[in-house]
Amino acid sequence: MSERITVDEVVHVAKLARLALTPEQLEAMTAQLDAVLEHFADIDELDLSGVEPMTQPVPLTNVLRDDVVVAGLDRDEVLAAAPDVVDGRFRVPPILGLAE
Amino acid sequence: MAGVAATAAAVRAGARRARDVVDEHLRAIGAREGEIHAFNTVLADEARAAADAVDETVAAGRDPGPLAGVTVALKDNMCTRGIPTTCSSRILDGWRPPYDATVVVRLRAAGAVIVGKTNLDEFAMGSSTENSAFGPTRNPHDPSRVPGGSSGGSAAAVAAGFAAVGLGSDTGGSIRQPAALCGVVGVKPTYGRVSRYGLIAFASSLDQIGPFTHTVADAALVTEVLAGHDPADSTSIPKPAPALLDGLDDGVDGLRVGRITDLPSGADPDVLERVDVAFAALERAGATIVDVTCPAFTYGLTAYYLIAPAEASSNLARYDGVRYGLRVEAADTNAMYMATRSAGFGDEVKRRIMLGTYALSAGYYEAYYGKALKVRRMIADDFAAAYTQADVLLTPTSPTVAFPIGDKTENPMAMYLCDTYTIPSNLSGDPAISVPFGTGAADLPVGVQVLAPALAEPLMFKVARALEANTS
Repeated sequence: MSERITVDEVVHVAKLARLALTPEQLEAMTAQLDAVLEHFADIDELDLSGVEPMTQPVPLTNVLRDDVVVAGLDRDEVLAAAPDVVDGRFRVPPILGLAE
Repeated sequence: MAGVAATAAAVRAGARRARDVVDEHLRAIGAREGEIHAFNTVLADEARAAADAVDETVAAGRDPGPLAGVTVALKDNMCTRGIPTTCSSRILDGWRPPYDATVVVRLRAAGAVIVGKTNLDEFAMGSSTENSAFGPTRNPHDPSRVPGGSSGGSAAAVAAGFAAVGLGSDTGGSIRQPAALCGVVGVKPTYGRVSRYGLIAFASSLDQIGPFTHTVADAALVTEVLAGHDPADSTSIPKPAPALLDGLDDGVDGLRVGRITDLPSGADPDVLERVDVAFAALERAGATIVDVTCPAFTYGLTAYYLIAPAEASSNLARYDGVRYGLRVEAADTNAMYMATRSAGFGDEVKRRIMLGTYALSAGYYEAYYGKALKVRRMIADDFAAAYTQADVLLTPTSPTVAFPIGDKTENPMAMYLCDTYTIPSNLSGDPAISVPFGTGAADLPVGVQVLAPALAEPLMFKVARALEANTS
């Protein structure tokens, strides 16, 4: 294995992505990402100096609609889709002070 | 079964009831859906009610629209108000959207009837429709093989006669590749041509909605209905939708069709042979074949598989157990996010989120994502140069015919290579269409891809129609 990416880096990335991976999953993920990154090394041979990055196919900037009031989504219908709701708001477990 | 245009004409004229059209398709679903598994949800009652409404409109002397009574299978990543929309993922378990996607509104306004929501690779990430939380879809031509993906359910639904039209989304080939593998027409319009409001985002700078049909003319008709500016999608092109049926049969006499001489290798000989036959057919029909080069295409796969996962890692951050779908309870919010996402996403989605998060993370951004954006520019420049010499380009759609279920599931890189020939037009934003063009190995369908410059859908459909007319 070329070790383009290490298990420790995969652990860090999983934390950033809010994914909990088992030790077996971490090992498999590391090997698969390593193989993919190995293939992706092909772009290292390109001379990219002076090439302008392209972020989207159709450059449209500052797309604004007319400033008129229109109906939004029905609040009760939106909240009905949430796992937990209280007093017209989304309810979550404690944010501070427990794990970590 | 009758085509889209013929069905709509008969229903509009009162010669055929939409209800009978829908019942015919529901019977086809009843006969073979157990084997194919094209759908996540079949909407039998809703479809019958919608068909009755179309028939009442006709009876009242009004016109239900250009798709009157036409059955549609909708990929299950497009929102339908009050109807489960899953992306074939456990993380959207139980979710019913509070609004309809713009394409759904447009289809219904044109008289079309949605018969069901179709299976896909989870969040449209895959090329075989095997990465679904609800199990794989099978290819109607050979149920031991994949239908392609990620819009494999919609492609299979059309190929099996479950619906006259399928709607898919194409981020790296997810309409065109399954169209090729299932022997139907599949269209990726120009980026921004069709509104994505209500399409659940995968990679926002690449995603585009388009149709599957049996014929090029029917695809043109459906694209006319879908296309056009939508204020609800800020990336939607503020131009009127083009007329696609006028001039469709004008032929290719005098047109220049480009052959990319440095196309990335990897296509099977049976597929390449069909592409050669396609070039010869267009030449006989009066086109001139010209050689062009697109040297950056070789690096397209790498650019795509960095850009798409990077955008996906950001788009899929919204699935956190707070506002919709699955929640796995835990002691605090961060633990709840992790438990929910780990239980809700499948392996391939996790792999892409990881890859994208890595490519965007501190220390690696320039080495991966930054470079990929520059390669993307080089590919767009290659297209622009090629279109100074050629009016359209012709390539294989997929490197192979439909492969056996399970063949590539353990090897992500092998699966990613399925998208080699479809990816460049997602990166550039240009339109492309896959046209069935005979058969290859094991008598399985082969698709040939016509690529055209941005906004040149009328030209693209005209060439596709000429190919279809010269298939034998």
